[in-house]
Amino acid sequence: MFKEMHDLFQWAWLIPALPFLSFLLIAFVTKRSKGLSSTVSILAILTSLGIAIAIAYSIIQAGAKIVEHPAIVNVNWLNILGLKIDFGTIIDPLSAMMLFVVTLVASMVQIYSLGYMHGDKGWSRYYAYQSLFASSMLGMVLATNLLQLFIFWELVGLCSYLLIGFWYFKVSAREAAKKAFMTTRVGDFGLLLGMLFLYSKFGTLDFVALSAALSTNFQNIAVVGTVGYVTVMAFLVFMGPLGKSGQFPLHVWLPDAMEGPTPVSALIHAATMVVAGVYLVARMYFLFHASPAALEFIGGLGAFTAIFAASIAIAQNDIKRILAYSTLSQLGYMMFALGVGSFTGSMFHLMTHAFFKALLFLGAGSVIHAMHEKQNIWDMGGLWKKMPITGWTFFIGVLAISGIPPFAGFWSKDELLANALQNGHPIIYAVGLFTAFLTAFYMSRLFFVAFMGPEKPENHPHESPWSMTIPLIILAFFSTVGGFVALPDHNFAFFIHYGEFEREAMNWGLAGISVIAGLAGIGLAYAIYIKQSIAAESIVARFPGVYKVLRNKYYVDELYLWIIHNVMDGLGKVLYWFDIYIVDGIINGIALITRGSAKTLRRTSTGQVQTYAMVFFFAIVVIFMVFALGEGQLTALNPLATLGGVK
Amino acid sequence: MNLSNLSNLSVGLSTYLLVGAMLFCLGLYGVFAKKNMIAILMSIELMLNAVNINFVAFNRFIWDQKVDVHYVLTGHVAALFVIIVAASEVAVGLALVIAVYRNRQSTNVDELNWLKW
Repeated sequence: MFKEMHDLFQWAWLIPALPFLSFLLIAFVTKRSKGLSSTVSILAILTSLGIAIAIAYSIIQAGAKIVEHPAIVNVNWLNILGLKIDFGTIIDPLSAMMLFVVTLVASMVQIYSLGYMHGDKGWSRYYAYQSLFASSMLGMVLATNLLQLFIFWELVGLCSYLLIGFWYFKVSAREAAKKAFMTTRVGDFGLLLGMLFLYSKFGTLDFVALSAALSTNFQNIAVVGTVGYVTVMAFLVFMGPLGKSGQFPLHVWLPDAMEGPTPVSALIHAATMVVAGVYLVARMYFLFHASPAALEFIGGLGAFTAIFAASIAIAQNDIKRILAYSTLSQLGYMMFALGVGSFTGSMFHLMTHAFFKALLFLGAGSVIHAMHEKQNIWDMGGLWKKMPITGWTFFIGVLAISGIPPFAGFWSKDELLANALQNGHPIIYAVGLFTAFLTAFYMSRLFFVAFMGPEKPENHPHESPWSMTIPLIILAFFSTVGGFVALPDHNFAFFIHYGEFEREAMNWGLAGISVIAGLAGIGLAYAIYIKQSIAAESIVARFPGVYKVLRNKYYVDELYLWIIHNVMDGLGKVLYWFDIYIVDGIINGIALITRGSAKTLRRTSTGQVQTYAMVFFFAIVVIFMVFALGEGQLTALNPLATLGGVK
Repeated sequence: MNLSNLSNLSVGLSTYLLVGAMLFCLGLYGVFAKKNMIAILMSIELMLNAVNINFVAFNRFIWDQKVDVHYVLTGHVAALFVIIVAASEVAVGLALVIAVYRNRQSTNVDELNWLKW
């Protein structure tokens, strides 16, 4: 049994390879034929999905064996003096889960795009980018060492840049693409430093080897310096996830990334790429686990990001921006779950979030499609009746994200909130609970206003084509049943956990509190936006300052602009001065001296042959006199002495 | 190199070297002071011949019969070489002079100062 399984796992490299092949095919062969390009891309990703399902199935069959011994295939890629880098695939429950989620969402999004991108001029380019993205993301998931992961990590960043700026003729899209690329680069710099540090200390970047080195060398490394190397490494490595997963203060790029096509937002900026940071922290959990300070920091920052983004989402009116801030908030959840030691909860939430957030984004895309590119929720209304499938699936998504049982979000959110409390982090638990309330509130606000509000006569929405509704239905199915993996004996936690596995009973009391928070949020939104027993305007009027701050996203973008305008430009001016007057001064000075001396010295070139001859002759006389006088000390240089000499 | 040789008016190495040096200085003066290119060429010939005298004189007086039984001709050969080189040099030099003259209707070296700043 185990033997056959390994045969299957050896072919795991096909999962990223197939989409990459499709990328090459589209880019070089089928570029001109729209139908072929999308067919190639979708076939490739569906095959990958098939392999991913087969792998997930055999992992469930294998049970505990694979949990303890992940299947690793390594191929030596690069071997320079003292630097050995492998390329390989790692198959353990964690990567299998990610493979399944990524291939599923990616194939849903690609099918959905058949309808959404219909008639777009960049059709083939779109599918080429989609394939490249799928390939890099899957390669990242399978990475066996930090450098391989980093390469694919940058590749998904590139794809994100290309797809945000897909409609490059729009200035805002170009700007957003650049912003996303540069902001995440700030974090990636830290990650690179962390990698170098790890390499210099342990001499390897392989996850398994690093994990072993850290557990044996942990004691003598921890005592070096006052802070401890491990903590420094952990913080440096965490900078990567900080940028990629949009944690405060590097979250600014994600809302702007909504300039890309909506399916792209669903795939890259909600379900897969942004969770790469969470995945990296999970992969490197042995490092973070060794540094309590880093874990505390991750927990605090994640909780802060969760509530920070959720509060912004309340005051937004653009349907995609609400979802973007919601994504940030949910990423905060996953981060603080890792911080409080709820490895399982974080990964569980990662999975369910991928399902329901992809569903919500695709639903939003369907709405935007029907509304002819209008994105303000106040321009919509009464969409449920006009678009029943979109309406129902979106409703399921809202319930799932609000943590209402039995939908997927309930199980994962409950798991990580319960863990936060049990592991002794009551403040983070309280923040998480309040964020759950906010989440339920803004999501129901969005739903009530856009789908149940009064119909607008100027709109003529219609249900989207089957290519868009079928992915919605499939994702709605997973958003509904996705949480049940927590129930059986060999449940999610059995496969994906850190350290010793303990079967934990469901804490129904805590779960009840979460549900009440979610229902309270929905109820409040219902009272304000459906019954209108509480006027939204009066709340805004009572706290004008708060509303303004939330509406303007805490002025973080403005703060960054101010910093760039004042600090960076000021520094730039100083450096400019230095360049002009000091650097250029030295260069120009050398040139001036050369020219001046040349002007004087060229007078010696008189053009008179006889003058030259005289100088020549007397110079030789002088040289001979020098040698003659210096005879004794300079025998070796004396030409007469060398010749044998005249006595 | 015995000074008593000179006082006895016997012809020794020093006499030859003195003649050579005088000839050389004459040639040098010509090279420095003459304005006509042909005159300069002739002065160079003088200097070369001064060297030739030195070669032959050294060959004759440094030869030690007790060491080398047969007479040694090294200096003479060198002098012959110099004569050959001098002949070629004059050929090239005169050709140059003619070329310059055709161009400038003059053989005055003071006027050949185009290669200055």
